[in-house]
Amino acid sequence: MMSMAGKLKAGFFSFTGDEGCMVTVLEAISSHFAEWSGKLDIAFWKVLRSRDWIDEDMDVAIVEGAISSYEEEERLKHLREHCKVLVAVGSCAITGAPSNHRNFFDERRLGEIADFLHRFDYREKVQPLKDFVKVDYEVQGCPVDEAGFVKLMEKLLSGGA
Amino acid sequence: MHKDFDVTIENLSKIEGHADLEVKVRGDRVVSTRLRIHESKRFFTQAIRGMPFNAVPQMVSRICGTCSSAHLTCCTEAVESAIGIEPSEQTIMQRKLLMYANNIRDHAMHLYFFCLPDLLGKDSVLDLEGDDKELLHKALHVKGAGADFAKIVGGRVVHPPFLQLGRFTNVPSPEQAKSVVKQLDEIRPLALEFAELFHKSKFEFRRSTHFIASMNDDFSYRGEELMVSNGVHIGKDDYFDHLRRVIIPYSTATGFEFEGGMGYMVGALARMNLNKSSLHPDTKRDCGKYLHEFPSDNVFHNNLAQAVEIIHAIDASKEILETQVFRPEPPVKMEAKEGTGVAAVEAPRGTLYYMMKIGKDGKVRDGTLVIPTQQNQVNIEKDAHKLVQESLGKLDVDRLRDQIEKLIRAYDPCMSCASHFLRLKMKKAK
Repeated sequence: MMSMAGKLKAGFFSFTGDEGCMVTVLEAISSHFAEWSGKLDIAFWKVLRSRDWIDEDMDVAIVEGAISSYEEEERLKHLREHCKVLVAVGSCAITGAPSNHRNFFDERRLGEIADFLHRFDYREKVQPLKDFVKVDYEVQGCPVDEAGFVKLMEKLLSGGA
Repeated sequence: MHKDFDVTIENLSKIEGHADLEVKVRGDRVVSTRLRIHESKRFFTQAIRGMPFNAVPQMVSRICGTCSSAHLTCCTEAVESAIGIEPSEQTIMQRKLLMYANNIRDHAMHLYFFCLPDLLGKDSVLDLEGDDKELLHKALHVKGAGADFAKIVGGRVVHPPFLQLGRFTNVPSPEQAKSVVKQLDEIRPLALEFAELFHKSKFEFRRSTHFIASMNDDFSYRGEELMVSNGVHIGKDDYFDHLRRVIIPYSTATGFEFEGGMGYMVGALARMNLNKSSLHPDTKRDCGKYLHEFPSDNVFHNNLAQAVEIIHAIDASKEILETQVFRPEPPVKMEAKEGTGVAAVEAPRGTLYYMMKIGKDGKVRDGTLVIPTQQNQVNIEKDAHKLVQESLGKLDVDRLRDQIEKLIRAYDPCMSCASHFLRLKMKKAK
């Protein structure tokens, strides 16, 4: 599944969450930079490049966060059409939690936030990625387990996906 | 004469989190500037109510993956104060180390990965070529040393598990302390090299504003008192009473102003402007030329201040690690107790404030937070407005867009933090 001079073309995307998984992913990539940089093309990552992803194809999308708005749902589905492999990293992406605590609010709390949900077009529930698209790999943890992510990346980088 | 036009920057890049900026120009006047934070909100304000006091610090750590240590530390100290736990001196020392470690990693990320490309005229550190490529390796080295240090002190870079109410569950062994000191010695000359680069930068945006930071005598993460650049001292317990919440209808984050509608800035520049005399002696010795720039009203000097803070964090940490012997501490006895506790710490991006109210049953009644980026966002908007107004007729729209993005980046905003803890008592949007 390699493209462009044998490099794995990857994009990194964040939905609802604290972005702690991407901090962890970045630390993992940083500490393996010497081995991976010849094989990994970091094509899209908003914290590293100003060029935003719109609709270009890629080999792998690494995705953190849960889906809480209709806009996020659209973007995720669009992303799925443009990646060969989609990896969900961390608890929010895989289960929705802990970003989904509003799913369990009582009437009173829901009343407090109802106006806001409406104004920003939020979905009724916060849901994991797999409720909307096919997820090929999951790496668990809150934040994502660094060693588990490294293991998966090594598999993907060696063409073993 | 100028034409009417709008400048929109969707998804500002190389910052933490999600935000757009929209500027409307009509004739020769900027008529509106909106920083629209659109980070998805997770309603922590509501979620923490009813949680047991000992579970809430790890929960609020999830407000921000970038500066989780600051949230965790601040909330822990607020809860401790509410239920009457006094952390040991060693624990305070370990918290200082954790904050220093994360300042190294977090500032290195922002300076070397987000801002450095602007200095070198590139879009990304990944695009550096030739001699500049060496800079990427140096940047990775400094950031990596900060991350390793944080792992030893806190157990993990993000949501560090060792930090508990009253103590740390693990202490650095003498071998670990030695290995951290060795790494800090290795990165110190690199950090100085980067400080020199940021000092040489010609980027400038000056405007008058006030600055607020915690005051202390070792330039560590906290103090009992905050200082405003107009000379006013405020006890940390009273800080919130001086602030005014600003509801921004188009943003998922509220802002804060100081009483009287006074704009202000928190963060490295504020700390350097108000408290540089408390820096470590070795930092003062080797950074004299940079320290000479402060106090400064140039927003881009926030980056130079961060560069100096990395060196201070190295020097101050080395001193602690070389002199302190760490012994395992037993769990602290704690009982559910009614009370209110306040804590304020200096997070990498500025003053972070927590007030936690705990009920008789040991459950959280209510929590109030003031986040650095919420405090800076009013100024960010005003500055972007001023920048566009002053650039009309001088810069084309693309250049203008670059300049605005660079300016916002200098503040090191964090949208995840800004939008996740809000009061929602707003008027119905029409």
